[in-house]
Amino acid sequence: MALEDRNRVVILEDRVENISGAEFPLSFDKHEVSYSLEELKNALDIKIVHLTPTEIEFDLIGVDASIANALRRILLAEIPTMAIETVYMINNTGIVQDEVLAHRLGLVPILANPEDFNWKRAEDPPTDQNTIVFKLFVECFKNQNAAADETDPNKKYIGSSVYSSQLVWDPKGDQATRFADAPVRPIHDDILITKLRPGQVINCEMHCQKGVGKDHAKFSPVATASYRLLPDIQILQDITGDDAELFRSCFPPGVVEIVNEGGVRKAKVVNARKDTVSREVLRHKEFEGKVRLTRVRDHFIFNVESTGAIRPEVLVSKALDVLIEKCDISKAALAKLIKDDMTDE
Amino acid sequence: MDANGGAYNAAAYQGNSAPSASASMTYLCAECGYHNNIKPREPIRCFECGYRILLKVRTKRMTQFEAR
Repeated sequence: MALEDRNRVVILEDRVENISGAEFPLSFDKHEVSYSLEELKNALDIKIVHLTPTEIEFDLIGVDASIANALRRILLAEIPTMAIETVYMINNTGIVQDEVLAHRLGLVPILANPEDFNWKRAEDPPTDQNTIVFKLFVECFKNQNAAADETDPNKKYIGSSVYSSQLVWDPKGDQATRFADAPVRPIHDDILITKLRPGQVINCEMHCQKGVGKDHAKFSPVATASYRLLPDIQILQDITGDDAELFRSCFPPGVVEIVNEGGVRKAKVVNARKDTVSREVLRHKEFEGKVRLTRVRDHFIFNVESTGAIRPEVLVSKALDVLIEKCDISKAALAKLIKDDMTDE
Repeated sequence: MDANGGAYNAAAYQGNSAPSASASMTYLCAECGYHNNIKPREPIRCFECGYRILLKVRTKRMTQFEAR
């Protein structure tokens, strides 16, 4: 591995090279690039690129893949949210069986701040501090005003589709006053839970609890949480004329533009971030030895999409808190291990 | 668990009085949905449409499910 390639993953036609990091002593001839905390502190950077109420895109720069992956996995599995955990079915004559309906209800994301609620262990009784109650009572009727030859079930029947908006929150104890300015409800109103036909009824009560994604995916606060490495396209030799046009067409729009330098059309990389690293450019003989596709090994482009229960920027900071907590636990455990070893001797 | 190692106490389970012989049960017709009151030894047949498949009505008790 060449020194200048130390933080580059090289994408070749048929393989990927320089995958692992090389931050250990003398990994490059006569050069010391071992890991140091001081260097990490200087290089570490987080840049928020894009933020909406449900999505965040940010760059995590200067860390090892293990840290980035830990962050991703914590986002998926270890940040608590509220979700329906038990369903008390009083009546269900619909086509969807009780247990399937219960499963579907469990997956409906609930808008409630998990920090306002306590954890409920199996032996704990449900209280207004650890449980949210929803009720669902729906019935389907024939629409008397519908035309005789009507075929659309939504017009022919009344209440034939059951949506998440029909879940009614039943505040217990002081919940009505505690959450007066932010009532508990399903995040999305248009989730189709089941369908009914005239005469069919569903009547049930649902209890929500606090949980984490590693217990069940319904508790996961993110729809997606993923990262990719920043692409870096290196042009080794000038690509000019018609070749430049072909070169541009090998990448998604906006990655490569053609500039005019002294009457010569020349291809120039303007935004490598937009590249999907499709390797299309490596299929053309014209560009052999002229271009190199790489990715920056310690530059992670994170994409986190929240389900809507917790704001995405809050999610990321919570995930970092969990990671710090984990480190503290390991640190204390390691310290104890070393101390025990010393006393044994 | 009882001495026989059974998951439930069989003696106590059977000790519950069975529904009296004359009591009629309600069954739903699988064809027309009519509520039939049928006594023991009566032919299994819908009074309304004569269909021979009758269904037990759902329990009025609440049942608990895990949303998993």
